[in-house]
Amino acid sequence: MLKRTPLYAAHVKLGARLIDFGGWEMPVQYSSILEEHQAVRTAAGLFDISHMGQIAVRGGGAPEFLNRVLTNDLRKLQIRQGQYTLMCNERGGAIDDLYVYQVQAEEFLLVVNAARIAADVAWLNQQLAGFPNRAAVDLKNLSDDFGALAVQGPKVAQFIDACFSGDASHGLAGTLRKNDIARREFLGRPIYVSRTGYTGEDGFEMVAPAEITATLWNKVLEAGGPFGLKPAGLGARDTLRTEVCYPLYGHELDENTTPIEAGLGVFVALGKGDFVGRPVLAEQKAKGTAKKLVAFKSAEKSAPPRPKYPIWSAGPARRLIGQVTSGTQSPSLGIGIGLGYVPPEMAGANSPIEIEIRGKHAPATIATKPLYRRA
Amino acid sequence: MSKQIPDDVKHAKTHEWARVRGGVATIGISDHAQHELTDVVFVELPALGRRIKAGEACAVVESVKTASDIYSPVSGEVTAINQELAQHPELVNRDPYGAGWFFQLKLAQPGELDGLLGAAEYVKEIGG
Repeated sequence: MLKRTPLYAAHVKLGARLIDFGGWEMPVQYSSILEEHQAVRTAAGLFDISHMGQIAVRGGGAPEFLNRVLTNDLRKLQIRQGQYTLMCNERGGAIDDLYVYQVQAEEFLLVVNAARIAADVAWLNQQLAGFPNRAAVDLKNLSDDFGALAVQGPKVAQFIDACFSGDASHGLAGTLRKNDIARREFLGRPIYVSRTGYTGEDGFEMVAPAEITATLWNKVLEAGGPFGLKPAGLGARDTLRTEVCYPLYGHELDENTTPIEAGLGVFVALGKGDFVGRPVLAEQKAKGTAKKLVAFKSAEKSAPPRPKYPIWSAGPARRLIGQVTSGTQSPSLGIGIGLGYVPPEMAGANSPIEIEIRGKHAPATIATKPLYRRA
Repeated sequence: MSKQIPDDVKHAKTHEWARVRGGVATIGISDHAQHELTDVVFVELPALGRRIKAGEACAVVESVKTASDIYSPVSGEVTAINQELAQHPELVNRDPYGAGWFFQLKLAQPGELDGLLGAAEYVKEIGG
């Protein structure tokens, strides 16, 4: 039985096509992936991200504990600010990639991937058991208590605050800086609003009590309607994030792949002191890795690259050098694009490669990230 | 259904259609199929001269999300392919029974047509 978010009935009512996404029955599209993608790039799109997990970590020991299990430096955060970070095993492999927000001095909110909630909670509890100051850390999985929405696109800041009411002592959402988080009110209940997203556009993500998430969804649709807001599914979410080269856990990241290999070294704070995975990550940063994540574009009109397609070096002495991890037709660029791992010596920008598509080789070029940048 | 099914085509259960004129069958996919696929971005067509058996996978249609095999509803030799689809794959969505055709076959076994579905039968098949 697939799990359903608080918005399941709303998706059905909107005529969404539903798919199994990591054990969740989620909308892949409402009207068309291309239309929804364009709405986000030019106006606004609304996504159900209630499947994602929320874990609260509170207490006097929370900052030190989290800084030992996460790769980025938590001390850089101010109150009501968040950062992208990773949680790694001792081999430096990614348990998950996530956002951590410092909502109060001793209270943190972790927003994690849906398919990794159980693995994350198990790992955090295991790490906590070995943490000397564990009595001063309270860890709670709140994933079932919360729904979540992402509102993304260049016009979102114009209507976001019309969605809330009441106390705005943290400031209007429209004035938040990138990665900031604020508490606002909806139906008299506190909700979190952050200026974050997974599309490469300006936008916000909201975490709300599950019982009011459907009402909030309708409120956002109503407020954004005059600005061209459309509900958008996981199909558009995938093309949008692939164009800006954001990793997707299970594709670019897994427990045998490190953030250094994935080109996420900027989120690994080697200077902050010891943390889980640090020895391996430090060695990789110093000496290099055996594989490197690259972005590529099709060089000519071809079938779209797809995950697991083989990547070959170009030319007469061609050989198998890697595999596509994410690939699609780019709605913004009108060509095939993708991400994949290759040996570092083959990873230079503009290097020609070939993508094997159903036995045929399609020419492609390694490109600098992101593949799409907003104007 | 959003579009009327023309009365001169017959469908396979796998959602391809065939329209026969003078021993040549034109093959495409149904309106229902294009609607299910949505946003066709690429079509891979068989080579001219290829001999295809009924039920054989001989083309691939790609939407943003997935690649789907296309099976020929009848047997024959490929005599034409729709070159327009290379530049305008969206024709498959816009005009599935017309400008969005895939390829033409010189019929090898005209009797196979009797095994295909008429409009009413196909509508029933797709639960229309």
